[in-house]
Amino acid sequence: MNRRLLLAVPFGAALLGGGAFYAMLRGLSNGSFDPRGVPSQLIDKPLPDFVLPGFTRADVVAAKRPVVINFFASWCVPCIDEAATLMALRKRGVPIWGIAYKDKDPQTNVFLARHGNPYARLARDNEGRVAIDWGVTGVPETYLIDAEGIVRWRFVGPLPDAAVEGLSKLVGA
Amino acid sequence: MIRALVLLAALAFSAPAWAIADPAEALPDPAQEARAVQIGSQLRCLVCQNESIEDSGADLARDLRKIVRQHVAAGETEAEITRWMVARYGDFVRLRPPFNWLTALLWASPIIALGVGIALATGLRRKAEPPAPLSTDEQQRLARLMEN
Repeated sequence: MNRRLLLAVPFGAALLGGGAFYAMLRGLSNGSFDPRGVPSQLIDKPLPDFVLPGFTRADVVAAKRPVVINFFASWCVPCIDEAATLMALRKRGVPIWGIAYKDKDPQTNVFLARHGNPYARLARDNEGRVAIDWGVTGVPETYLIDAEGIVRWRFVGPLPDAAVEGLSKLVGA
Repeated sequence: MIRALVLLAALAFSAPAWAIADPAEALPDPAQEARAVQIGSQLRCLVCQNESIEDSGADLARDLRKIVRQHVAAGETEAEITRWMVARYGDFVRLRPPFNWLTALLWASPIIALGVGIALATGLRRKAEPPAPLSTDEQQRLARLMEN
């Protein structure tokens, strides 16, 4: 009996390890597990206070409705990719406020003229200091702020087309 | 020969190599700068994730280095600065993970490995125990065999 139990130990360990490895691979392929991901610390927390040329935290709260806030930059290639999705969101009536990250004003303006301007309001974080308070690690990065100024959702990288439907529903547009 | 000497002199009198790319980033007080380097070397660069912000050349790392130095100059402790970073980027920003239920297995792994090792060693030792001495019957049989 004891011997049989001892034999079960390595088999059990292999089964457990294999199961864990399978779960990890599945998560990697469907995107639910990202070992390089930096989870946002802001989810379900009030938006940190900020004042930028363009708009402030008070403006976001004063909107009295959910707002999508998108960090972008003219030097960011995936942002070009994302431009069409953001324009589609705008067409659905979703309020998108943009924050230009570590950019130069004239270059931001050229970018928006070339790829379309989906933003209802535009702020400029040319120093990138406010982005650090939000925990932004790169552009594009998108946040959903509810009517009370609480951060509800964050997405790193260009928004997929599927986000248009989901965000429109969430925002009630 | 002279060229070699000049080169040697230049090497001897050159500034020490900074971990950061731009010496202008460094704090004027060497003791404070050393503290900033020590704190920064424990913080992960969020862009090139296996480097500390002191080692990384990324833009964000440079900004975070600057912030660490501002906080050090303001007289904050390492714990305060680490808390500031963790509030924004989570425990992931710490190169040395804190002990909690998520990291318990990680931190316990040396003890677990030691336990497995001890269990294996005692198991093997038990197997290596000398066999029981021969019974009188067996001794007589052995003696008979040896005589032939």
